[in-house]
Amino acid sequence: MTTSTVDAVTTPVLDVRGLSVRFRMRGGRFIRAVTDAHFTLAAGERLALVGESGCGKSVLASALLGLLPENAETAGSAVLGGGPGAGGGSGPGGGSGPGGGTDLLAADERTLARSIRGRKVGLVPQSPAAHLTPVRTVRSQLEETVRELLRTPRAALRKTAEEVAERASFPADHLDRYPHELSGGLAQRAATALALIGDAPLLLADEPTTGLDRDLVERTVDELARHTGDSRALLMITHDLAAAERIADRIAVMYAGRIVEIADAGDFFGARGPRHPYARGLLDALPERHFTPTPGMPPELGALPEGCAFAERCARVSEKCRVQPLFEDAVACHHVSLDAPEALEAEHA
Amino acid sequence: MLELDAITAGYEPRKPVIAGISLSVRPGESVGLLGPSGCGKSTLARVAALLHRPDAGRVVIDGTEATGWRHRAPRSQRTAFGVVFQQPRLSADPRLTLSALIAEPLRATGRAAEAADGAREFAARVGLGEDLLGRRPHEVSDGQLQRACVARALILRPRWLVCDEMTAMLDASTTAALVRVVEDYRADSGAGLLAVGHDRVLLERWCDRTVHWSEPAA
Ligand SMILES: Nc1ncnc2c1ncn2[C@@H]1O[C@H](COP(=O)(O)OP(=O)(O)O)[C@@H](O)[C@H]1O
Ligand code: SF4
Ligand SMILES: [Mg+2]
Repeated sequence: MTTSTVDAVTTPVLDVRGLSVRFRMRGGRFIRAVTDAHFTLAAGERLALVGESGCGKSVLASALLGLLPENAETAGSAVLGGGPGAGGGSGPGGGSGPGGGTDLLAADERTLARSIRGRKVGLVPQSPAAHLTPVRTVRSQLEETVRELLRTPRAALRKTAEEVAERASFPADHLDRYPHELSGGLAQRAATALALIGDAPLLLADEPTTGLDRDLVERTVDELARHTGDSRALLMITHDLAAAERIADRIAVMYAGRIVEIADAGDFFGARGPRHPYARGLLDALPERHFTPTPGMPPELGALPEGCAFAERCARVSEKCRVQPLFEDAVACHHVSLDAPEALEAEHA
Repeated sequence: MLELDAITAGYEPRKPVIAGISLSVRPGESVGLLGPSGCGKSTLARVAALLHRPDAGRVVIDGTEATGWRHRAPRSQRTAFGVVFQQPRLSADPRLTLSALIAEPLRATGRAAEAADGAREFAARVGLGEDLLGRRPHEVSDGQLQRACVARALILRPRWLVCDEMTAMLDASTTAALVRVVEDYRADSGAGLLAVGHDRVLLERWCDRTVHWSEPAA
């Protein structure tokens, strides 16, 4: 684990322990989309979860929102807002965790719908255009969510919706447009405005910058960082390492459903470099570094090997790797090395 | 030589998205075209690949001026191009297996007999194993599907490749892997490349030269 001492002052906004998700498939097969994830997020903290497509990032996000499909089975816990001072309010069926928080994995749909989604966890979606209702203007969608989450009286709806738009830098003169009339960047801001309405302590952004230009990527993540401020926590899921580097305090690397490394962003992108061989390869693949791919592809989540899932592609593999490495000292690898000569070299490439 | 000469094109009459743009790529050369989204670079890429008819201007392919676009393009010109787009899901027929998807151009040109072997050969080039070839698009990741789309673009051994934001949805390792596939193909075929995108670092690393949208006339 990354934080060994959790005292009352730094009680995490989110505490994920041993979170696993598997999908039951026909013929009794399982797809192990997430296996044994551990991490915490404190107020003011920005964690980027990186990894290649299909590695389980979005499933993890869905689990935190209670949006998993019927055939999903979960294990572990994901406690939101535990500890003293957290405005519990979970009520019956809230699946209360240690310290009075809500275990998102145990909470029932009613609780999730009424007091979690939008209120405790704000979602900035992967494809904003798809998340916005196509037949209604941005204004009407903002007003509806304002009414639902804030119980704002009708007379004040218009003004509140405009304030909400402004908070996300959505231009007032575009409020009467339909989603298809917005550029990618503005659609993203409209979705962000929706996510911010409930003033949720945890912001979850799933690939918020896919398909955007570099300029817009930077603006979007900067805005997410600004909205996080000191009082919220941000979990940003992305495959864009530059976006992660720009705003994250910590980086969590996912491979084949497991978090294989969690590192301070400065160490990860700086001279020390990543410690896990997969993470090392990911950085080396960047065009500003070596531009060399890691050979091969990740294993299927429906047919994971016994030992380390990266073994087939790993240059450091040994006999030991036939046994699954434990996630210890923030990395899951039998052959972690702390010096990173390649990473140093690559910075000058 | 692939020459785009004073191209004007758009989607509505009198509202050109691009106006009077010229650009050329020499045989075997790789040119990166950089520009912000919405500037019209994808439109230019589609014109170059004979997928979108320009309102004015000429496209000259290896000395022959293009006179038809899309299905009206003569087969010899159409098959001179391999094209890869940003979003594999939008350009892959969801009913086809990856194997059929990769071999689609062979079937479409009356070479169905070569489909099975061709699909296997090109799948191997992009790193897709046999186990994935029987799957359909919804059963694979974006990265795996884009690998199949690259294999499909190469299977007729085109002289020209047009890649429009080919890697924008992909992680760093898959990006580097697919760029390498394209470059290996170009090294043994001598094909020229027009790569369109917004990532300056990537295009400068990938291509012989890059052109900024504000100054294409090169
Ligand atoms: N409803 C489902 N049933 C079965 N498998 C699923 C389902 N949803 C996602 N998966 C699988 O879970 C894995 C992880 O997917 P995902 O979290 O979307 O990856 P990422 O977000 O990292 O790209 C993939 O193999 C995907 O196909
Ligand atoms: S455990 Fe072994 S195979 Fe896995 S990443 Fe570490 S060295 Fe490589
Ligand atoms: Mg995802």
